[in-house]
Amino acid sequence: MTIVTPPKKKLRVATTSLAGCFGCHMSLLDIDERLVELLQYIEFDASPLTDLKTPGPCDLGLVEGGLCNAENVHVLRHMRARCRILVALGACAITGGLPAQRNHLDIRDCLQTVYLTGVGVNRGFIPNDPELPLPLDKVHPLHDVVKVDYFLPGCPPPAEAIWQLLTDLVAGRTPQLGHGLIHYD
Amino acid sequence: MNTLEKAENTTGLRRVAIEPVSRVEGHGKVTLLLDDENRVHQVRLHIVEFRGFERFIQGRPYWEVPVMVQRLCGICPVSHHLAAAKALDAVVGAHRLTRTAEKVRRLMHYGQILQSHALHFYHLSSPDLLFGFDADPAQRNVVGVLQAHPDLAKQGILLRKFGQEVIRVTAGKRVHGTGAIPGGVNKAVTEGERDALRADLPDVLRWAEQGVTLVADLHARNHVVYDRFGTVRSNILSLVGRDGALDLYDGVLRARDADGTIIVDGVEAAAYSDLIRENVRSWSYMKFPYLQSLGAEHGWYKVGPLARLQNCDVIPTPRAEAARQAFRERVGGAIVHAPLAFHWARLIELLHAAEVIEGLLDDPDILGTALTTTGPRRTSGVGIIEAPRGTLIHHYEVDAQDLVTQCNLIVSTTHNNQAMNEAIREVAREYFDGRAVTEGLLNHIEVAIRAYDPCLSCATHALGKMPLVVELYDARGELIDRRVRDAEHLP
Repeated sequence: MTIVTPPKKKLRVATTSLAGCFGCHMSLLDIDERLVELLQYIEFDASPLTDLKTPGPCDLGLVEGGLCNAENVHVLRHMRARCRILVALGACAITGGLPAQRNHLDIRDCLQTVYLTGVGVNRGFIPNDPELPLPLDKVHPLHDVVKVDYFLPGCPPPAEAIWQLLTDLVAGRTPQLGHGLIHYD
Repeated sequence: MNTLEKAENTTGLRRVAIEPVSRVEGHGKVTLLLDDENRVHQVRLHIVEFRGFERFIQGRPYWEVPVMVQRLCGICPVSHHLAAAKALDAVVGAHRLTRTAEKVRRLMHYGQILQSHALHFYHLSSPDLLFGFDADPAQRNVVGVLQAHPDLAKQGILLRKFGQEVIRVTAGKRVHGTGAIPGGVNKAVTEGERDALRADLPDVLRWAEQGVTLVADLHARNHVVYDRFGTVRSNILSLVGRDGALDLYDGVLRARDADGTIIVDGVEAAAYSDLIRENVRSWSYMKFPYLQSLGAEHGWYKVGPLARLQNCDVIPTPRAEAARQAFRERVGGAIVHAPLAFHWARLIELLHAAEVIEGLLDDPDILGTALTTTGPRRTSGVGIIEAPRGTLIHHYEVDAQDLVTQCNLIVSTTHNNQAMNEAIREVAREYFDGRAVTEGLLNHIEVAIRAYDPCLSCATHALGKMPLVVELYDARGELIDRRVRDAEHLP
């Protein structure tokens, strides 16, 4: 057991997924029944797991996914402003990840492939409603836009690594990932 | 009746947004346009993200594809992994996999069904059903369930864990593994792995049965709400086994109309593009599929557990089949269209997945050594699988240099696009018109969306346009200027 001291005040944690796949959130849940123990030490603010839509002041922010549109940038800046410690969680947050495979492509070509000439598309056109956020021409990692305090690699980071990071932070230690916890697949 | 898809005149209407839709996977938002008396004029579920998989897969070697495309979704990566592998089986000429490969893949897939269904019910949706749609949002989450119903929440956590462990054993990793390859699998199951999974099965089966009972009881206690909430009639579509039984890994496409009459049956995967067409709307990156034979207006349909359970003739495992019969007998065999019945169907499938896993773990073929097969190369492959959320279609064209030249994906959530939009409009009609908009009322909209278990990351694989729109609002929120530049005039 890594956590020994009883909590005085729970760490308040916000999480979000930007241009990611939620796999990092799944890896967080892959701590399995230790979630019950973790909840003695942390409480969730805004997160896809709760119905709080925007974060209040938080101790920790976990951000999955890179930046692919203006809304991602807005959400990230808001997270940075509200979180004392910000963690780039997983490959996409750190490098842009697989979605950054589009970075060498021409956007008009992509649009036409999907909405105009794709298999089975009937009378295609390109969606253009103002409710749809402005895409960026390239997918960016988080640290292109805000200061990031910790980078946790992996696609997704293993549950053990997330557990180690959280329990170290709860205990007031600088996170140290031991053997086998840092990998990139 | 007002369709609520598009307000006749937006002047003077107030925009209310649910952003982001929470306790679902991926990025979506709902916008409502209301007048001064809180009457609803327009309701839309927007899919607001784009990623571009269909385009950037082009030019990649085909053998990379099952590992790349599973990154569409971290909740159901196995579904994309296997749909791609199935499509590429055809490309490498593997018309019939080895028994070991087929059964290891099935084990992986039913592990995926089990963990995804558990996640969706226990972690994401159960707070609405246990606490009420307009309960305190601070309680309305899995932590609230852990506090109020600790045993139930722990069962959910352990059910999900079991499914994830089945995936880890067969794919190497819980999320984004590498088990399936074109033509087969890259590892079988060891006796030690099998025995470890077997040890958990009695608990898993018991909890799965308790889950079915819980949802059936919720329906019985609140049947007026559960049968009516967000209900919209539509066609239904799914794979069924060649014998008509429920099969989530392989089969042929069958569709029924809203009354249950079979419209099409026995459609092979490769013929999917004759069956389904897709429309585009300006306000969502998610397309709107429909059955071509019926046209866009009448041809849209539902997919997923509720469709599958009513489309198949039988479930080939005893406990889930008994549960299916109870489900169907309650309404005299009529087709149920109520979104909240998805939860019931989903938990029956969770039980079925546990039974299938039990059977596969008893089968010595999963320990075999013949892992792959090949045959004459082909240039085209279509793989269809029933993902946790519904029918998932992957289609690839591959050239003589082994590079992908074309990729088309129709993901489960996309099939339900029209149905989800119609469901939230129905909720808006019934609950909103004229009432003051509160957080609890807005959550009603999300409850209807959640019932479909949308995977909005999956649905945003397509690369959208750059809607170069700048809007200027005055202090009262009224639009005073708007500039639009469309994609054709990009610099």
